[in-house]
Amino acid sequence: MSPLNRRRLAIFKANHRGMVSLVIFCLLFLLSLFAEVIANDKPVLVFFEGKILFPVFTAYPETHFGGEFPTEADYKDPYVMELVQAKGNAVWPPIHYSYDTVAKSETAERRALTPPSKAHWLGTDDQSRDVVARLIYGFRTAVLFGLVLTLFSGIVGVTAGAVQGFFGGWIDLGFQRFMEIWQSIPTLYLVIILSSVIRISFWWLLGILLIFSWMRYVGMVRAEFLRARNLDFVRAARALGVSDLVIMFRHVLPNAMVATITFLPFNLSAAITTLTGLGVLGFGLPPGTPSLGEMIVQGRNNIQAPWLGLTSFFTLAILLVLLIFIGEAIRDAFDPRKTLVSNQDQLS
Amino acid sequence: MNVSPLLQVRGLKKYFPIKAGFFNKIVGQVKAVDGVTFDLYPGECLGLVGESGSGKTTVGRTLLRALSPTDGEIIFSVNGQSYNLATVSEGVLRPLRQHMQMIFQDPYSSLNPRMTVADIIGEPLLVNGVINRSEREARVSELLEQVGLKTEHLRRYPHAFSGGQRQRIGIARALALRPTLIVADEPVSALDVSVQAQVLNLLQDLQESFHLTYLFIAHDLSVVGHISDRIAVMYAGRLVELGATEELLDQPKHPYTEALLAAVPIPDPSLNRDRRLLSGEVADPANLPTGCVFHPRCPHAEDRCKTEVPDLREVTPGHFARCYFA
Repeated sequence: MSPLNRRRLAIFKANHRGMVSLVIFCLLFLLSLFAEVIANDKPVLVFFEGKILFPVFTAYPETHFGGEFPTEADYKDPYVMELVQAKGNAVWPPIHYSYDTVAKSETAERRALTPPSKAHWLGTDDQSRDVVARLIYGFRTAVLFGLVLTLFSGIVGVTAGAVQGFFGGWIDLGFQRFMEIWQSIPTLYLVIILSSVIRISFWWLLGILLIFSWMRYVGMVRAEFLRARNLDFVRAARALGVSDLVIMFRHVLPNAMVATITFLPFNLSAAITTLTGLGVLGFGLPPGTPSLGEMIVQGRNNIQAPWLGLTSFFTLAILLVLLIFIGEAIRDAFDPRKTLVSNQDQLS
Repeated sequence: MNVSPLLQVRGLKKYFPIKAGFFNKIVGQVKAVDGVTFDLYPGECLGLVGESGSGKTTVGRTLLRALSPTDGEIIFSVNGQSYNLATVSEGVLRPLRQHMQMIFQDPYSSLNPRMTVADIIGEPLLVNGVINRSEREARVSELLEQVGLKTEHLRRYPHAFSGGQRQRIGIARALALRPTLIVADEPVSALDVSVQAQVLNLLQDLQESFHLTYLFIAHDLSVVGHISDRIAVMYAGRLVELGATEELLDQPKHPYTEALLAAVPIPDPSLNRDRRLLSGEVADPANLPTGCVFHPRCPHAEDRCKTEVPDLREVTPGHFARCYFA
């Protein structure tokens, strides 16, 4: 690691709030990545006839355990569990429901909108599904969507801004006018129109948002490049015979990236908010997909079940606050004037 | 002089268009440099002086093709070959760049704040194929010592240095490729007076040890007089006088040079001097006066000066002036 990055890391670590936020965020994201073994309607491990089975990853027919149907075993069925326990044992995940598991009582009644209890930590929604399970899967979808969108729109936006700012002139002028036209296309209407033609999936939604969201990066990068291309150190690099591409990436981009990197966590939170917002409007991910937006809609439709609204509210709020704290710490870490000792100096 | 010149500048012109209106129609031209001719001999230091806006910096930048000249020739002789820098293609120019370097005025903006000293000075080496990191660092340490900095400064960033130290880093970067020609664009103007002398002495020492040729751009005559072998005086994009340093300072031929010399402050309040203050403003390079560009401010101006343009003529051997009365 270069000394500069070492210094940045040290400054980042010195910011306790940002560091704690990053740890919590990473922990939550890591946990949600293992959603299948945390919240599932199948046991994580089944010891059966001396063998270890992984029902989460492999589908075993009921007949495997001595049942009647050749379809996949329904481990929630007391009959199947009896068969399993007769010749072995099962290890369940902490939450016995997946995002689409319909929770039923012993009398096979649906348990829609039950308040939080031992069985359902955050209650159930209006389709008798466990809220915690849906939360974990929804959180994962939201963060993954945000990360992928931020990454791709960042790459496209920074490249576009760099080219515009560095070469200036007609390239800049033409590109700016194109962007003004492009920006005037309303994203939401495009999503609505498209959703009536095609079935919007995760990748479709990502693609549609990507072709508009890259523009938020262009302004800052372009401005930095416009400023930097006439600085003496860029002139010096030209005088040394350094090529345009190297000047762009080695001299100008690192100076222009501070604003961009600082904004990345904020853009990530914006992407998550957009996805949630589209979900609330009903133009988000396909119906049935666990999402924070869908949960907010449920909370609105079922005010008598406040655990729905409160859960989605707190999840979204905590997620966005964490990202903003991380963003602040990153911004400080990339500030070249920030010194490690300055905090202590100010205190004394 | 019998030696063949390193750099022959002939009729160098650089005009900047003035654009106006919706379609960027060119409505006029700023004649920043208007027919500058001089020779630069190997190993000498030519001081280029003039007030703000006289085109000194533009001359320097145009010589290194940071700007493309509008007209004129820049014949650069290196390794027995001559190139016209005014017209060579970018591909031919790139390998030539290692022979000519620039030292910048502002030591704050001329160093990339996000690169360490090792990277800044090492970059020209990297561009010219010194890929091996340890080899590069050994060379950078050597350069640092040559400009009076310490090897332990290698890993630091520019913000940790003072103005004078930064200028030394800039000098080390310019020296990295062992150039023959260095254009120093007001290298000490941004520095404290106490530091100016140190940097000037450093430049002189380096000139001796590496046989450098300087084009030293400045507006301070005492600084230029200290370091230069010859001095060229610019006014409104033209050379008005060119001569050996002592001769030019003792016996200026052009009234503008006389006025410049009279304006140099002497730190002795009891000294009673004949002060020749110039009246009027510097000529506007977008709208130059007819005839001699200096005539509206010249105490000796006659009718002839308003209509005819005087040539740069050799008044005494090696001393040129653009004035009818020189």
